[in-house]
Amino acid sequence: MDASLFTSMLFATVVAGTPLIIVALGLLVSEKAGVLNLGAEGMMAMGAVAAFAVTHHSGSPWLGVLAGMGAGMVIALIFGMLTLTLMANQVASGLALAIFGVGLAAFVGKPYEAVALQAVPPIRIPFIADLPLIGEALYNQQALVYFSWALFWGLLWFLYRSRAGLVLRAVGESPASAHAIGYPVIRIRYLAVLFGGAMAGIGGAFLSVFYTPMWAEGMVAGRGWIALALVVFATWRPLRVMIGAYLFGGVMITQLFIQGSGLQIDFPSQLLSSLPYWATIVVLVAISRNANTIRLNSPVSLGKPYRPDA
Amino acid sequence: MSQSTSQPVPPPAATAPRLQLRGISKVYPTVVANDQVDLSVQPGEIRAILGENGAGKSTLMKIIYGVTHQSAGHIYWEGEEVRVENPAHARSLGIGMVFQHFSLFETLTVVENVALALPGNPALDELAQRITEVSERYGLPVDPRRHIHALSVGERQRVEIIRCLLQNPRLLIMDEPTSVLTPQAVRKLFETLRQLAAEGCSILYISHKLDEIQALCHTATVLRGGKVTGECIPAQETPASMARLMIGKDLPHCEHGAARTDGDVRLRLAGLSHASDDPFGTDLKDIHLDVRAGEIVGIAGVSGNGQQELLRAISGEDVLAERFPVQICGVEAGRLSPGQRRKLGLCFVPEERLGRGAVPGMSLADNALLTAAHSQGLLAGGFLRFERARDFAQRCIEAFNVKCGGPGAAAKSLSGGNLQKFIVGREILQAPGLLVCAQPTWGVDVGAATFIRQSLIDLRDRGCAVLVISEELDELFEICDRIAVIAKGRLSPTRPASETTVEDIGVWMSGMWPGADSSELPTNRAESLHA
Repeated sequence: MDASLFTSMLFATVVAGTPLIIVALGLLVSEKAGVLNLGAEGMMAMGAVAAFAVTHHSGSPWLGVLAGMGAGMVIALIFGMLTLTLMANQVASGLALAIFGVGLAAFVGKPYEAVALQAVPPIRIPFIADLPLIGEALYNQQALVYFSWALFWGLLWFLYRSRAGLVLRAVGESPASAHAIGYPVIRIRYLAVLFGGAMAGIGGAFLSVFYTPMWAEGMVAGRGWIALALVVFATWRPLRVMIGAYLFGGVMITQLFIQGSGLQIDFPSQLLSSLPYWATIVVLVAISRNANTIRLNSPVSLGKPYRPDA
Repeated sequence: MSQSTSQPVPPPAATAPRLQLRGISKVYPTVVANDQVDLSVQPGEIRAILGENGAGKSTLMKIIYGVTHQSAGHIYWEGEEVRVENPAHARSLGIGMVFQHFSLFETLTVVENVALALPGNPALDELAQRITEVSERYGLPVDPRRHIHALSVGERQRVEIIRCLLQNPRLLIMDEPTSVLTPQAVRKLFETLRQLAAEGCSILYISHKLDEIQALCHTATVLRGGKVTGECIPAQETPASMARLMIGKDLPHCEHGAARTDGDVRLRLAGLSHASDDPFGTDLKDIHLDVRAGEIVGIAGVSGNGQQELLRAISGEDVLAERFPVQICGVEAGRLSPGQRRKLGLCFVPEERLGRGAVPGMSLADNALLTAAHSQGLLAGGFLRFERARDFAQRCIEAFNVKCGGPGAAAKSLSGGNLQKFIVGREILQAPGLLVCAQPTWGVDVGAATFIRQSLIDLRDRGCAVLVISEELDELFEICDRIAVIAKGRLSPTRPASETTVEDIGVWMSGMWPGADSSELPTNRAESLHA
């Protein structure tokens, strides 16, 4: 494989993996607090359309990202009120909001379907972007790609080094015990859900403002569901989420390349298109099958409502 | 009992009470848990709160600790009226509590659990150091880096106690802290508590163990049915007189006749060795034991020495590689599943009531189905016979006087002692050929504990073989015909209970029995010996 092809495929892999990383890490935080929000697809769609509309009207992609984040948080707040205050079932509420978010985004986005945005130029990091092979692919990227890396490191520190992260994990593990030693379980869960919504919104904004950049109904294309699956198959560990997201991106780009290369291979294209989905799942299941790791990392109270006694 | 040798020092002179309760009532929709309770505790005073299960002790302590709030009445902290909003508020006042039902996080490490309960943001490495120091000073050995889920019940309780002590509380509430400690550890804990009291800390000590209260407490408040039924100075009372205050009648005791020695072997462990899956578990090493029909054999030991692994190997929760090491009623059962072993006549009371002994969210009738389906004919052609399951659950409830809302009540709605009575009852009423019972009376009050013990003895007299694994030596000596000790995954020879003493067994618990392989002595031997 020649060098420039490798560089461009690596570039495309990173771009394809980035929204998954951002969304999945956000979901990981809410799930670590014990809240399963299946509305990721809806939050991403709302984030994408809000970001696109604000960028189109204001001309600033950064205001767009903020708007996307806000839209994701609004959906997350609705989810929080349903499940944390009103104690509705988390799975049913999440599914409803996924469908609602996708539908509302399509409705709101109708006027923008024929509009194109100006591509946002990448940010080139001096010196290291000149590295051979990987420099152009990794260090001449969109700002949100760098953000996803910062998010990863920040989250590692937060979850495993900070007290707030310890409290978050404790709440997801046993809300009753956390309440007994005096932590405001419901408030912490709200914050975790809102963080998840904010990240899903940013992930959606990345799709509509930086990645394509355009708005089309259904453009989230199941990435919210993939992000949810990534978190589970990565056994709630940030590094594995990252590996999974890039694996998904890499296989996606590779199969697109094979399909577009005109190579004469005797293999149904539908199977090829499904490759990223099952390859990611198979690999993550294979690396995460140790029962002890699963027990240590999965939030015990995930999906269970908790109401503190009076 | 062993630790009652030293008399408690008299309470210090009266000053402003550290804590005073006036007319505290707590009314739940169906029950009055506390009714006009008055209580006060002075600086440096160790006050016992004595009462049976359901007397309202735990509710009262939860009110003081801010977990729940009183329906009526006033709380005064160091002379000023307060309303304890939540546990964090209680801790900021200087109130610490060791819970009976642990409030630990299983997937977190010991040091993380401790950090969660401390104010500020302590550095974990430094905190681990402090935990080690405190655990050594108070004889509560625990490794700060281990995960809670890998610890035994006794070890978890140590973590609870250490977590509390690190907060330097001015009032310490201890909810039955000794239920799973060795006599040596209890004595060490009492020294700690006396030392704390001498430093001016007030202690509220909840228990139903009369000898402990006599050994430790300056004063006692007795609760029955949510009301204060008396106050006393335990040193001036007898266990019988305090028991009368507590249960309103004389204390029952077990009838224990001589055992048969000619019964057939119902459980044979023939060189059982099994490596634990858990990296922090204990490997079982070459265990030999026979339990015959018509006798009760007890296994003593400090928790975490292989009891969990032994239970799992006998019950079938861990299936062995070979058949012969576990023989149940003459059948080599090492590779059989728990259900198959039950069909051979094994019944089993696990250590954890919720999660292993019963499914918390399911009704008592459904829980009865889970272990008694085969022996009680609760199945017909693959279908469940709900009526018979309800009847069987109802029989357990009646025979063991389980206080609950009937066979339809969820297991988790029962208090710990009542659920334990139900589980023990469910197993005993199946008339097993072999009963294996872990911690049969953990958290159960005096009256019920005596009843459970007597039931085990009666079962023995009907020709059942009984194996009891317990950390309460008094209990083992009360009911067992023969006693062995487990230490570091090895089992000592058995001794007739009548020919040995609590002190001897205490030494054996550190792994030093005659003929023990001295190169395999446990690492914490020195601590246990000097405890």
